[in-house]
Amino acid sequence: MSKILARRSFVAAGLAAAAGASGLGAAVYLADRYGLIPPDHAGILGVGETLTYAAQRLLTSGHSLAREFKRSDVSKIPTVNGPHPTDEKYLALLADGFKNWRLSVEGFVLRPISFSLEELKRLPAESHITLHACEQGWSYIAEWTGVRLATVLDLVGAHPESRYVVFEPFPNPNQARTVARTLWDSIDMADALHPQTLLAYGMNGEALPADFGAPVRLRLGRQMGWKNTKYLSRIVVTDRRDFYRKKSGTWYGGI
Amino acid sequence: MISEASVEAAVGTRLAPRHVALVRITHWINVLGVLGLLISGIGILVSHPRLYWGETGSLETSSLIDLPIPFINGPSVWMRPYHFLFAWILVLTGLTYVAGGFITRHFRNDLLPAKADLRWNRIVDVVSEHLWKRPDADAASTYNLVQRLTYLAVVFGLFPAILWTGLAMSFGVTSVFPILATALGGHQSARTLHFVCVVLLLLFVIVHILMVYLAGFWRSVLAMITGYVPQGGKTR
Repeated sequence: MSKILARRSFVAAGLAAAAGASGLGAAVYLADRYGLIPPDHAGILGVGETLTYAAQRLLTSGHSLAREFKRSDVSKIPTVNGPHPTDEKYLALLADGFKNWRLSVEGFVLRPISFSLEELKRLPAESHITLHACEQGWSYIAEWTGVRLATVLDLVGAHPESRYVVFEPFPNPNQARTVARTLWDSIDMADALHPQTLLAYGMNGEALPADFGAPVRLRLGRQMGWKNTKYLSRIVVTDRRDFYRKKSGTWYGGI
Repeated sequence: MISEASVEAAVGTRLAPRHVALVRITHWINVLGVLGLLISGIGILVSHPRLYWGETGSLETSSLIDLPIPFINGPSVWMRPYHFLFAWILVLTGLTYVAGGFITRHFRNDLLPAKADLRWNRIVDVVSEHLWKRPDADAASTYNLVQRLTYLAVVFGLFPAILWTGLAMSFGVTSVFPILATALGGHQSARTLHFVCVVLLLLFVIVHILMVYLAGFWRSVLAMITGYVPQGGKTR
């Protein structure tokens, strides 16, 4: 190859590399600024997670609604995914209809509040008939009744710079291995403030059954089953970036 | 010093490559993508190897297909991020290939069949030719009618169908484009069709590799790596 050609392609390659690097840098800066980087962005798998999360957050901006169904579509037998906790504390709460249960909402908020079940039920209620699908492959349709998480976050005065909402369930000794202590999970503010995101205490017109997460579980219209934390005991609002459940699998369940 | 004109003249007289760089590079990245998706996809499937029609399906309902493999819980959780990483690799590479294929006229020159060839008896001719004799030397320089139709169907039919049925299972995507799921009959129908499309793709891959073997395995593979069919060696 002639010297002229070699020099020309060397300069072109240099320019392309510089443009690519600065383009990537600018993309990362903008993505971070507009909340498009998930907490599990690290490593080679994080590349895929970030692309999926960023693409979907751009696509679903403006509270796009999950599909809703007719009452006649409700599944006759919803799938129980693991039995309810059987420790004394939970059984005692279950026995008296969760009268002594309280849901603590705290963290990056102006007024931390501890709600009883009756107090949650006095807040504006709504119902959504949505699809619940497990990452394993099965799915069912159910009607969920509860209060919007957005309403509760408004009551406690969640800080506008909050990044994630963390959900902590009762420890469940029935869960295999040592996951009982680490079953907590988190969602971003786009899902937390979404109109279909409920703190659900009712299912198919009745009180939420124990096997489906009584007294209160999280219900997300745009997420897969595993993000819908059951047996809630504490909700923490945070502006930390690394506050998510460190486990295998994906953090973002909208896939 | 060699002048640029003489360089261009020398380049111009070289043989045209069997496969251009766009096709070669995207082909091998796609191999990686499909392999990664297949392995992680099987990992997801084995946690619930039952397929349904409609929106819902579980052990409490009747199934459409019960795959004869055991239920294995676990892989579906940690395989999932791999599935999406390889999906991005495949989708981005596929889009590059399709865009590049239009710009470089790869589709028009290499894959679009001549109008006169689009007749059943021509297709039957090519297939029976394949059944009775080995590919000849000419076959290494161009694609025959059946190859052209098959590649076009895989690129513009099967891969988009796999992408569609996959996206139709995404709650985020269907919240924006619900028709992606409803047009297929629902969430579980999308899952079933995703599986069916992958089986069809696997059939293509098996026949593709068999044909590569019959046409001379290393000769064909080297052509897809270097761009040129090795000259002077044995054909098989």
